[in-house]
Amino acid sequence: MLYNAPSPLEVKVLTRRFGLPDSTSIGTYLANGGYAALEKARGMTPEAIIDEVKASNLRGRGGAGFPTGMKWSFCPRHSPKPKYIVVNGDESEPGTCKDRLLIENDPHQLIEGVLIAALAVGARAGYIYIRGEYRYLIEIMDRAIAEAYEHGYLGNGFDLYTHTGAGAYECGEESALLESLEGKRGVPRIRPPFPAVVGAFQCPTVLNNVETFCAVPAIIRDGASAFADLGTPRNGGTRLFCLSGHVNRPGVYELPMGFNLLRMIEEVGGGVRGGKKLKAVIPGGSSCPVLKAEECDIPMDFDSLAKAKSMLGSGGVVVMDEDTCIVRAALRIMRFYAHESCGWCIPCREGTTWLRKLLQRFHDGQGRKGDIALIGELAGNMLGRTFCPLGDAAAMPTLAFVEKFRDEFEAHLDGKPCPREAVYA
Amino acid sequence: MTFSPELEARFARLLESYPQGRQRSAMVPMLLYAQDEVGHVSRELIEEVARRVGVEPLRVEEVAGYYSMLRRKPLGKYHVQVCTNISCMLAGGEEVWEHACRKLGIGHKEVTADGQISLEEVECMGACSWAPAIQVNYDIHHGVTPEKLDRLLDSLRKLQ
Repeated sequence: MLYNAPSPLEVKVLTRRFGLPDSTSIGTYLANGGYAALEKARGMTPEAIIDEVKASNLRGRGGAGFPTGMKWSFCPRHSPKPKYIVVNGDESEPGTCKDRLLIENDPHQLIEGVLIAALAVGARAGYIYIRGEYRYLIEIMDRAIAEAYEHGYLGNGFDLYTHTGAGAYECGEESALLESLEGKRGVPRIRPPFPAVVGAFQCPTVLNNVETFCAVPAIIRDGASAFADLGTPRNGGTRLFCLSGHVNRPGVYELPMGFNLLRMIEEVGGGVRGGKKLKAVIPGGSSCPVLKAEECDIPMDFDSLAKAKSMLGSGGVVVMDEDTCIVRAALRIMRFYAHESCGWCIPCREGTTWLRKLLQRFHDGQGRKGDIALIGELAGNMLGRTFCPLGDAAAMPTLAFVEKFRDEFEAHLDGKPCPREAVYA
Repeated sequence: MTFSPELEARFARLLESYPQGRQRSAMVPMLLYAQDEVGHVSRELIEEVARRVGVEPLRVEEVAGYYSMLRRKPLGKYHVQVCTNISCMLAGGEEVWEHACRKLGIGHKEVTADGQISLEEVECMGACSWAPAIQVNYDIHHGVTPEKLDRLLDSLRKLQ
């Protein structure tokens, strides 16, 4: 199903079959170019497939933006152990709701992407890890997998299964996801070795986000350069941007990589709701440092956002209008990280909890003068000192909120809580 | 424990999904699917799953405690989960949450006296662009307002 009207500015590559009647069925998929890329890939060498993905400038859509073809090439060619494909469908980054649509509307595209990856690295089985809350997607995916078996796409040397999570943001981190897949607590592993060498069941594993795998059939079908040319240098293709917050037309829109953020808010999202002024935007999910309104004239690709000291992340664009209390936003985000920290390493477990308490104190009007510096010190002590990126994901946005909106934190020091009654326990 | 034939069939499929000797992988999915049928992760269920995947019950216990959807106590027949994370917050999710608490007279992870409806404030459920969102058991509802929530809760009452 589609939950928002499409925009005329969209460039539909991954979403091209969205909205077709019976779009989840293999019949619709086959009638609209489905599995043609797999046929083409069968005529290519594994090296040629990987080279094509490298040349497409496809970068990981889960958030880190690592070049996908390079990730695949780390998987050893000759291995005495079986190799696996694992799909990360644990979508839980606040602000992100795109993988859900890709599975809900076109599950066969994901299967085809996985099958091409399996050819490229020589894998014999795959697992689609889907967050537990998305139960209906597991049903859709299971039906599509059954159809792919009936048509012989699966079962001839490659098996594919769904695996449900059971509620844990941390399992979106690749090594924690693998622990979870093995029936353990979802705590991260020490890396290296990376999953490409020691992954699922201690075997070489290619692990990518749902959207990343879904881009692969288009790359093989239309060629690497057609995909690369849609985006900006080193940032190939399109991206499903999840526009949320204070815009007139929130929704998920597929736009070329490098699409200007202000234009996205104005022309795709219909501008800030209620004619209000733009205050700030979180450009790629809650882990990404906030941009002030004047920083939003920026191309939405991995490199441009990194240059602006933020991240493109998972594509969750959260728009905040002039009335938004930044302290409240920072607190809500830190409550999330404190709740989701797995507790495995101390800087994250303690850091997120202390930051939550400090931000709560600010929000309640009980902040003390030294607290602004203390937030910086606490967050600074987490950066680069945690087992997995969750610690950084909590610290980085907090530092940006405090640095860029220091005046709002100072305004909370006058003993008065936010105009809005504090509701947090 | 005895389960429905459908659940037994799912268990059998799950145990075949993982490589030889890796049946422990089926543990979390088995717990979640069984919870849907029996209501919560009881001591009995932990022992049953431990036996089926071939580990000590303590191993199942430590894993079950990690995942927020696995619950050790029964909740309501209809578990209403309200997201208040950033995108929902900006769209009025906290107002929906407060309204639900007032209307039902219960708070976070509490159950109404008749055992029918329980409430939980949850983290992002992946409906950010159509916020605020709630989930009733596994059904996601978009664009929820206090008025829409009232109608939904009333219809759940009628379903009893």
